[in-house]
Amino acid sequence: MSTDHSAFRSLRLEQVGRVFGAHNALKNLNLEIQRGEFVALLGPSGCGKSTALNCIAGLLTTSSGSIWLDDRRIDVLDAEERGFGMVFQNYALFPHMSVRQNIGFGLKMRDVPSAEIAKRVDQALATVRLESQADKLPGQLSGGQQQRVAIARAIVIEPPLVLMDEPLSNLDAKLRLEMRQEIRRIHAGLGSVTIYVTHDQDEALSLADRIVVLRDGEIRQVGTPEDLYMRPAKLDVADFMGFRNRINGRVAQQSGDQVVLDIGGVHVQGQARETITGPTAVASLRPDDLVAVAANEAGAFSALVEAIEYRGRDFFGSARLPDQTEVFFRSHHRLNAGEPVHLMADKSKLLIFNQEA
Amino acid sequence: MDHKHQTGLKVRLAARGLDGVTLLVIPSVMLMIGLFIYPFFYGLWLSFNPKEGSFLANYARFFADPFLYETINKTLWIAMPATLINILFAVPVAFRVRLMQNQRWLTTLLVLPITLGTVLVAEGMLNYLGPQGWFNRTIMLLGLTAGPVKLVHNYWGVMLSLIITGFPFTFLLILSYVTGIDPALENAGKTLGARATSRFRHIFLPLLIPGLAITFCLSFVQAFSVFPSAVLLGAPAGPTRVISIAAYQAAFEEYDYSMASAIAMIMGFVQLGIVVAILSVRGLFYRGPAVGGKG
Amino acid sequence: MNQLHILGRRLWIFSVWSLVAFFIVNLLAMIATVITSSTATRWLRSWLPDAYTFKWYLSAWSEFQLDDVLVTTFQVVFAVVALSGLFGVPAAYAMARRDFPGKNIVMLLFLLPMLVPPVTFGIPLATVLYKTGLGGTMAGVVLANLVPTVPFVILVMIPFIEQIDPKIESAARVFGASTFQLFWRILLPLLLPGMLAALLLVLVRTIAMFELTFLTAGPTSQTLVVALYYAVFAAGVRAVQSIDAMAVIYMAITVIWLIIALRFVNPAQIVTRAKQQPSAH
Repeated sequence: MSTDHSAFRSLRLEQVGRVFGAHNALKNLNLEIQRGEFVALLGPSGCGKSTALNCIAGLLTTSSGSIWLDDRRIDVLDAEERGFGMVFQNYALFPHMSVRQNIGFGLKMRDVPSAEIAKRVDQALATVRLESQADKLPGQLSGGQQQRVAIARAIVIEPPLVLMDEPLSNLDAKLRLEMRQEIRRIHAGLGSVTIYVTHDQDEALSLADRIVVLRDGEIRQVGTPEDLYMRPAKLDVADFMGFRNRINGRVAQQSGDQVVLDIGGVHVQGQARETITGPTAVASLRPDDLVAVAANEAGAFSALVEAIEYRGRDFFGSARLPDQTEVFFRSHHRLNAGEPVHLMADKSKLLIFNQEA
Repeated sequence: MDHKHQTGLKVRLAARGLDGVTLLVIPSVMLMIGLFIYPFFYGLWLSFNPKEGSFLANYARFFADPFLYETINKTLWIAMPATLINILFAVPVAFRVRLMQNQRWLTTLLVLPITLGTVLVAEGMLNYLGPQGWFNRTIMLLGLTAGPVKLVHNYWGVMLSLIITGFPFTFLLILSYVTGIDPALENAGKTLGARATSRFRHIFLPLLIPGLAITFCLSFVQAFSVFPSAVLLGAPAGPTRVISIAAYQAAFEEYDYSMASAIAMIMGFVQLGIVVAILSVRGLFYRGPAVGGKG
Repeated sequence: MNQLHILGRRLWIFSVWSLVAFFIVNLLAMIATVITSSTATRWLRSWLPDAYTFKWYLSAWSEFQLDDVLVTTFQVVFAVVALSGLFGVPAAYAMARRDFPGKNIVMLLFLLPMLVPPVTFGIPLATVLYKTGLGGTMAGVVLANLVPTVPFVILVMIPFIEQIDPKIESAARVFGASTFQLFWRILLPLLLPGMLAALLLVLVRTIAMFELTFLTAGPTSQTLVVALYYAVFAAGVRAVQSIDAMAVIYMAITVIWLIIALRFVNPAQIVTRAKQQPSAH
């Protein structure tokens, strides 16, 4: 079929774009992925992550740009010729074929001799631990089992690239956690590239070596899970990663990447993730890093409590600043709605961004 | 005490789904029984009560007279090929059309022959396919034949009219089955290296066979009851003397309702027999939903 | 290897579309022939008629008594439409909302007339109608045509009604609606689009329904399509152009109602016989 991929080093997307009528789904995507990496494409719905995956798979053609496997250009090839394994969101198992036939389908299409097919299918079944279900029809399996068949089917052809399109989104929470570990384990065993599309931040953080955050067809940030969690580079990425607080303030002082904002008279300091232009900026903070403190602590700003929830270890609250911005915070004591509260930001966790246009 | 008993009955009936609303079905049910079920049984009974002879006289006469029993063959000889041709053409067309964004224009044009009906199509064909009609003129102009081809008042006229009125129906039915197959299955096939012909052979065809079987049954049954085309466009005394003509003649020319009922019964049973045969073969295949999993 | 594949694929796509084009071109040409012929003074041995005239329409009108036939046709068609709605919609409502013992048999009862072709059940039906004295009368024709149309309305309406959340009706009851108010203010407005679609389809199908009317009509209860059949059947006696004029009148009526119906309906629904997915319009 195609050339031997086992020695490939990298997958490259160069200025890849995809337009649907008037809608620009992918805008000049540039990305390089090395062999052995587990890369997650993360973003809200409509951000273009599935479109990007389908372009890599060949199920969609690119409107502009090119895709390269080392020095071979692959975006000109049909999906049938690329030799990538793909796991679909709804599994896409052939309902009229047994598990064994489903898994062996890719090998059959490559004219692999049937003895060899049987051997490799058995290996794949062992990898996903489904030996006992080999002769059942997909309709007779549970969701988690179907998912494992889909994975086995994609990896048995020993592809250089395994593409996964939100494979766990249809499973319940417990199963999702179990399958996450399975997927990680299988990836490690294969030693090839896995590209994993998800909208679930936790999944991306736990599975990926590198995360690509997409929004509106553009890459917003690429980094390790720790990079993204601790140091999001853009306001919308921070928002997506759980920095729910966005507090506006006047820029009082700047030195290097440390910026001091004046928020209602109180000065708070944080790290700027981009060059701050303009007189005002946004302080971005996770709710857990904004704590309710005693009234007389310096550096705390005041707000009015709106609601408070018991979380066991502490309380989760929402409040309104004098300028009516809603903020979310943590408290060790129960508070009442309407009560004034003083909130202290952990300056090592506070990030400063320009205001969005 | 009495009141409680009555309420109890109402509640129990309602739990089984029987209340005032359910009664709304009754008029339609009575209509169907009176106009469909009863005539069937009456016709069945009547067929065993011939004008003269024993109770099997009608059937005996049918199978003894070649002018009568050959109608089955002649009808099959028209209906089978017409249905098979329709399906053979409808499948590739459906596969192409399912990829189209705006199918409405095409389906509207294709629905035209069905809306116009068999009588109008017959008259149109008499004009268009006649020896002086545009069709013959065109093929003679193109040098494809020396003289006009006889396409009316024979077997071919009827065959063509069955294709014209039958193809749209077959096509629309198959299109609905094809679009009912989860598109992700084709995508999965592609990523696993299957080319278009392999995808058709291993993925689409097995999933389509149940639908094709049903389409065949519905189309065949329709073709087998061909009537106005066989008379107007065919040679109703000869090669296109179909079984519905025999039934009609018995009823309205010989005024032998008993014989007509017998012929209608025979017609019904031949259709039933073939449908049952096809459906039992269908039973051997995967008949579940053509989707790739949950979600 | 790749080039051959691309060429092969293109050739295949071309042939399939050629087939479709061939079908459509011939279909439209066939219709055009009839229209041209109906306006021709004489058309014997040439591509196009010698001259054009509308006189055949006038002669067809009187020759075939089209005024009477049209009146009869519309009486029959509207009676069938009204009655199928009256019988079918309540029945569909009951089938959609209630699960009762024997429901499967009732469903089969409604499915059968759609699966069995008209000629097969038409002959026994005509026999019964003639025996009860309804044969040859307009009442008989209407009754015969109801056999496929009532189930059609039911089968089209059931998925439509199932889409209406029954909780809406419960909510109306909770807010104190009487049965009449429930029907008039809640159900009817929601059902109207579906009913309109179903009844328009019944109209189009009944205009074109030949076999049932043919088997049960008498000389005064013929619909247009049956009159057309007889005209074509006796073609040796009448002028072809006259018959074609009648055919054009028939076509015009059918097509006008088709266009009206298509405003509300997906074209594919005209052929709904048995199991079809409720169409997303």
